[in-house]
Amino acid sequence: MMPDLGKYALEVNSSYILSLMALGVIAGLYVKRSRAVRRALAELEAAQDA
Amino acid sequence: MNSTPIAPTLSDRFWRLANPKIFMGWSSKLLPWIAAVALASLCSGLIWGYFFTPDDMRQGSTVKIIYLHVPAALMAINGYLLMFVGALVWLIRRQHVSVLAAKAAAPVGMVMTLIALATGAIWGQPMWGTYWVWDPRLTSFLILFLFYVGYIALWAAIEDEDTAADLTSVLAVVGAVFAMLSRYAVLFWNQGLHQGTTVTMADGAKQDNISDVFFQPLLLSMAGFGLLFLTLLLIGTRTEVRARRLKVLQARERIE
Repeated sequence: MMPDLGKYALEVNSSYILSLMALGVIAGLYVKRSRAVRRALAELEAAQDA
Repeated sequence: MNSTPIAPTLSDRFWRLANPKIFMGWSSKLLPWIAAVALASLCSGLIWGYFFTPDDMRQGSTVKIIYLHVPAALMAINGYLLMFVGALVWLIRRQHVSVLAAKAAAPVGMVMTLIALATGAIWGQPMWGTYWVWDPRLTSFLILFLFYVGYIALWAAIEDEDTAADLTSVLAVVGAVFAMLSRYAVLFWNQGLHQGTTVTMADGAKQDNISDVFFQPLLLSMAGFGLLFLTLLLIGTRTEVRARRLKVLQARERIE
């Protein structure tokens, strides 16, 4: 199933791996911070309401 | 006295969308759909490009890097232009959501610029015989990357939110010149190794500088990168709106 990339396999594959890793890391960081801030806000609002 | 309520104009309705509470409402409904379409178009564009497109006659299999390089470069420039608009809206109208959107766009734009630079260098080595050359487009992209880094660092360095918003907005406006320069560098200076624009849309039709075999998955990949940018922008802006409220509540709690 893998395409024959010939002598440029290293260049093509490393481009895909690096780019997908970078996109994965930034997306993961955004989702992680979003959850942390949402949780902190919910806790503070609950504490102030109580 | 008989008073008639004034109907909100289209402009009023538009600006109401930037009200933090209203923004949180409509963005929460849109976000899952945009994220799903982003993931679908990005995956299908990249899979199509990597597995099911032929090699180029001159560039061999390195042409497959185009599905990462061009969309990332496109979003690097458009991301900064989005920050420019957000910054202008903040400076003129003092809309908090606009400057928080600009703040949320910066790290994603920086990563897009980094991907464009890295894939360009990897692609450049076998094609030009070098990873880097001080070509107008490459150099203006490097400067664009430094503007992104400076913008993020400035936000982090200033504690007062409104002062940070003012100063970073000025930086975003200045940096927009380099974003435009990155886009049109190949037209300004007729020198350097980087080729002209790969994808040019004129009158709604693409020009013949790329074959349909490569263009169709590229279009899908560009849509994927664009929608991924939008997804992360919405997530990031929502987080910044919440973080701002959290700061206000914490400050109020300290006073009480």
